[in-house]
Amino acid sequence: MPSVESLSGIAPAASRAAPGFGALLKVELLLVLRKRADIANPLLFFVTVLALLPLGVGPEPELLARVAPGIIWVMALLATLLSQESLFRSDFEDGTLEQVTLSPQPLYFAVLAKTAVHWLVTGLPLALLSPLLGLMLNLPAAGYLCLFASLLLGSASLSLIGAVGAALTVALRRPGLLLALIVMPLYVPVLIFGTGAVQAAIDGYAYSAQLAILAALLAAAAALAPLAAAGAIRISVDN
Amino acid sequence: MAWQWFHRLGSPRWFYERTGVWLPWLALASLVLLTVGSVWGLGFAPQDAKQGNSYRIIYIHVPAAFLALAGYYIMAISGAIGLIWKMKLSFAVMRAAAPIGAVLTFVALFTGAIWGKPTWGTYWVWDARITSMLILLFLYIGVIALARAFSREQVADKACALLALVGTVNIPIIYKSVDWWFTLHQPATIKLTQSSSIDPSMFYPLLTMIVGFYCLYTWTLIAHTRTLVLQREWRTQWVQQELAEGNRGGD
Repeated sequence: MPSVESLSGIAPAASRAAPGFGALLKVELLLVLRKRADIANPLLFFVTVLALLPLGVGPEPELLARVAPGIIWVMALLATLLSQESLFRSDFEDGTLEQVTLSPQPLYFAVLAKTAVHWLVTGLPLALLSPLLGLMLNLPAAGYLCLFASLLLGSASLSLIGAVGAALTVALRRPGLLLALIVMPLYVPVLIFGTGAVQAAIDGYAYSAQLAILAALLAAAAALAPLAAAGAIRISVDN
Repeated sequence: MAWQWFHRLGSPRWFYERTGVWLPWLALASLVLLTVGSVWGLGFAPQDAKQGNSYRIIYIHVPAAFLALAGYYIMAISGAIGLIWKMKLSFAVMRAAAPIGAVLTFVALFTGAIWGKPTWGTYWVWDARITSMLILLFLYIGVIALARAFSREQVADKACALLALVGTVNIPIIYKSVDWWFTLHQPATIKLTQSSSIDPSMFYPLLTMIVGFYCLYTWTLIAHTRTLVLQREWRTQWVQQELAEGNRGGD
C-alpha cells in the first residue's frame, strides 16, 4: 500500500496557496489508492488493445514502426477517456459533489484537485508504460524519450479537457458514448501535436517546438477547463 | 430605454409575434436571391480555365461552408446570452441553430467531395480545411447528442450552451493545429488551385448566393425557433390562443 503520508508535506503548502486544494488532493488520492482496480483497468485496456493491433494489421516490423506513434497516442487518448466517465460519478451519487459546490472554497480548485489525481493515476502510468509498448510495436529508438515526454504533457491536457465532458454528463445514467462524442473533437489539437512531436523525433528533427505547444495547451487547459467543468458541475447538481 | 429592445427579446411572445411578419419577406428574399444566383452561376457565369464546369459547385459549397462556421458562433453566442442573462428565447435560438449548422456542414463536406472527384480524382482527401470541417461536424453532433440526452429542457439548454462555448474556445486552436498537421503531412499529388483573385463575372453570382444563403439561414433559424417557442410555451395562454386561431384559419 503506497503511503499517502508522504503527501502531508505538500498538502499544507498547497492549502495556503489555494484553500481546500491540498485537503481534497489528499482525500482523492487516498480514495483512489484504496480502489486499485480503477487504476489498473485503463492501463490494462491500453496494453490489451495495443497487443491486438499486430493481429489486425500484420506483424511486419516496418509497418508497426510506422503506425506506432499514432496508435500509442490514440490508445492513450481512449484509455484516458474511458476512465474519465467515473471522475465525478460516485461523488455525484452520494451527494459529496453537492457539498463541494456549497463549500466556501472555489469549485475551480476542487475540480483541479480531482483532475490532478486522475492524471496521477492514469496519465502518468500511461506515459511510464509507453516505452514498453513502443518496444512491442518496434518504435524507432529516437522516439522513446519524446513519446514519454509528449504523453506526460499531453495526457494532463486530456484529463483536464475530459473533466469538462465528465462534469456535463455526470447527471446522465449512461454517459459513456456521449462523453466520447462530445470530448473527442476537443482532443484533436493534443493528438496532433503529440503524434507530431514523436514523428519529428523519429525523423531526426527537433521536437521541442511541439512539446512547447503541448505545454502551452496544458497551461491554457489548466486555466480554463476547471472553470468550464465547475460551471458544468453547477448545472448538473442543480438538475 | 436603450435596452428596452433587448429585454423585449427575452419575451418569447414578442419574438413570435414580431417574427411572424418577417418570415414571408425573408422567404421571398431567399427564393429570389437563390434563384437568380443559381441561374446566373450555373448558366451564365463563364467556365473556369482549369476546372471547366465542375467549379460551379462553389455556388453551393462556399455559402454552405461560410454559414456552417458562422452558425456555430451564432449557436455559441446565443447560448452565452442565455447563460448570462437567463433568457429563455436565447436558448431556443441556440437549440434551433444546432441541427441547421450540422446540416450545412454536411452539405459543405458533401459538395466538396463531389467536386473533389473530377478535380482531385478522389472523393475524400485529408486536406486541412476538409478535416477542420469534419471536426466542426463532430462538434455540432456533440451538442445535438448532449441536448437529446437530458430529459429536462432547462438542464439541456445550459449544458449545451456550456459545451458550445467550450467548442468556441477550441475552434481556433483546432483550425490552427489541423493546418499545421496538414503542412506536415502534405500529400504530394494534390494542390488546391490558388485563385488569389476571382473574376467579377464569377464573383457576383457567388455573392448573390452567399446573401441568399444568409437569408435562407435566417428564415430557417427563425422558423425553427418559433416552433421550439410554441413547444416550450404551449401551456401559456397566448400560445393556446395562437393555436386556436391557427386552427380556425385552417378550416
